[in-house]
Amino acid sequence: MNVDADGTMTLFEKIWAQHAVTQDDGKTLLYIDRVVVDDVRAPQVLKNIERRGLAIARPDLAVVVQDHSVPSFATHSGLGGSVFLDATRAAAHKHGLRLFDVGEAEQGISHVVMPELGLVLPGSTYVCVDSHAPTVGGTGALGLGCGSTELEHVLATQTMWVRKPRQIRIRLDGQLTAGVSAKDIILHVLGMVGLETARGAAIEFAGTMVKSLSVEGRLTICNMAVELGARTSLVAPDEVTFAWLASRAFAPKADVRQQALRVWETLRSDDEAVFDVDIAIDCSALAPQITWGTTPAQVMPITGKVPDMEDASRAGLTYMGLVGGEPLIGRKIDRVFIGSCTNARLSDLESAAVVLAGRKVAAGVKAVVVPGSRGVAREAEARGLRDIFLAAGFLWGEPGCSMCAGGGGEKVAAGERIVSTTNRNFEGRQGTGVRTHLASPATVAAAAVQGEICDPRPLMQDNLHGR
Amino acid sequence: MDKFTQVRGVAAPLLIDNVNTDQITPVQFMRSLEPDYETALFGRWRMAAGDPFVLDRLRFKRAPILVAGSNFGCGSAREVAVWALVAHGIRCIVARSFSEVFRESTLKNGVLPICLGAADQAAFEQKVVAVDGQAAFEVDLVAQTIACPDGAFFSFNVERNERAALLEGLDDVALTLRHRALIDEREARLAAEQPWLQSAHS
Repeated sequence: MNVDADGTMTLFEKIWAQHAVTQDDGKTLLYIDRVVVDDVRAPQVLKNIERRGLAIARPDLAVVVQDHSVPSFATHSGLGGSVFLDATRAAAHKHGLRLFDVGEAEQGISHVVMPELGLVLPGSTYVCVDSHAPTVGGTGALGLGCGSTELEHVLATQTMWVRKPRQIRIRLDGQLTAGVSAKDIILHVLGMVGLETARGAAIEFAGTMVKSLSVEGRLTICNMAVELGARTSLVAPDEVTFAWLASRAFAPKADVRQQALRVWETLRSDDEAVFDVDIAIDCSALAPQITWGTTPAQVMPITGKVPDMEDASRAGLTYMGLVGGEPLIGRKIDRVFIGSCTNARLSDLESAAVVLAGRKVAAGVKAVVVPGSRGVAREAEARGLRDIFLAAGFLWGEPGCSMCAGGGGEKVAAGERIVSTTNRNFEGRQGTGVRTHLASPATVAAAAVQGEICDPRPLMQDNLHGR
Repeated sequence: MDKFTQVRGVAAPLLIDNVNTDQITPVQFMRSLEPDYETALFGRWRMAAGDPFVLDRLRFKRAPILVAGSNFGCGSAREVAVWALVAHGIRCIVARSFSEVFRESTLKNGVLPICLGAADQAAFEQKVVAVDGQAAFEVDLVAQTIACPDGAFFSFNVERNERAALLEGLDDVALTLRHRALIDEREARLAAEQPWLQSAHS
């Protein structure tokens, strides 16, 4: 079942075949190379492991992270105070699991630190008890999200039963123009493909646009594949990936790297491989994108007008306090947030900083930036990015998920409008009644400066070419 | 895990597409290690002004069957969404479609996820709306049927292993470890072919 009739395979099928233990009744038992438990789930998962009398099969392949509950600022208590952080720390120590604890050099958001440290590698399987696990597909790793009970099974057996997903290829062609980034691409894809086509599928992102992206941009694209409903998503690793991996702390070095490269170079879909669905999207004339509704697929070019909805989608418009036919440009905002496993990597902060340099956050706007990891924070500081954010009037938070899921301790009032680099604009996601517009770091930074939704391109041009 | 053989009771309609787990269990209700799942379930919708939420209407308060739209349980992988439904007494969800991770989580908690297929689903939804909680439906996993109050039947299909696990309340880890020799074999082969995968952070 892993090989097409003519013997060709997709990238997904190659990784799948290398990890398949056995098959039964429509599901395949997959060997899992890396397991990550986060601070929201670790206390319960590890307590259940104990209660059920299970042994953790490979503690050396597991990592525990503190991300969801980390207070963004010392004055905040974070999600549930320190309850989750303390319980997670105690549970990790008790079970002898590697913990990236608050304040430690490796700490950060699971899907940011695992690639950043070279802990997920091309062709590896990665399971995290979080829906955004497929983010790591940006490095050519096969990421799968799961629930808590499933994770107990993975820890106890080093395997997971998975239904083989349908194979979808999304070819993204064209070249990015200044002020448009990976976030705009994936938002555009969401708008084009919607929530039905890719549900439960494995997506391979291909095409000239994807090849031209950095690994960080590819991570952003794969991060939001789950919003399309996909089970997982991948980008074939290439020279860009291999170069990026060379400097990762735990990635193979020297002779082992040479050996790994020989395997990694085979990790691509065969030319004749058959996909169940093949989609091509031209991104060459892409404008910055922004969501107008309450699903990530309710998206439009920033220069466009909110569509006039006549069906159930109108509820989203009502929640957002918008009416069909109006533009979003010029709409006043209350807050901005830059962060999350979608857009909290160094290149994201760099792109926002291009807009922010020499400028100030508009009066009445509260602006928060939270780097995705200590590593990102250190590098941003070294390159002077932190100073640009602080000078502009942003608050600089402790690495973690922060305001993406209403955590971090920031309280946002009902009715407030926020432009955010996160991945979900669901009703209430960032607080009861909070109106979230998803956009790129540059678009968010531009909104912070103008105090209203605006096209970031003129601001970027001014700063790039001197005002 | 609780066994599932059959469930009889009212069916509550929640015929909205793309209901996500942030809506099922808003994070605001999850700020302790032992949250009150029953209160958390659809917490924001139930607290909103206006008509009572469907599960708060007297006739649906004990509904063991939830009838949902497409892509039910999308978004966050949080299993608390299933635990909250279980805390309310939901044992079976009939939806146009499910998010895959959510569907797996229902199975791990003795909750039966059913997809009838487009035509049957529409007909079933009509009956559920018409009955409006005034009579009981019966879901039988052995026969793989739903019996409606008017005598009509709908058939569904659950894969053999999933059905066996639900019917017998089997331990998923014990079942998998029966394949231990094969797991060890695969591990050894990966260790030989891609040894860098077998040492994470040493």
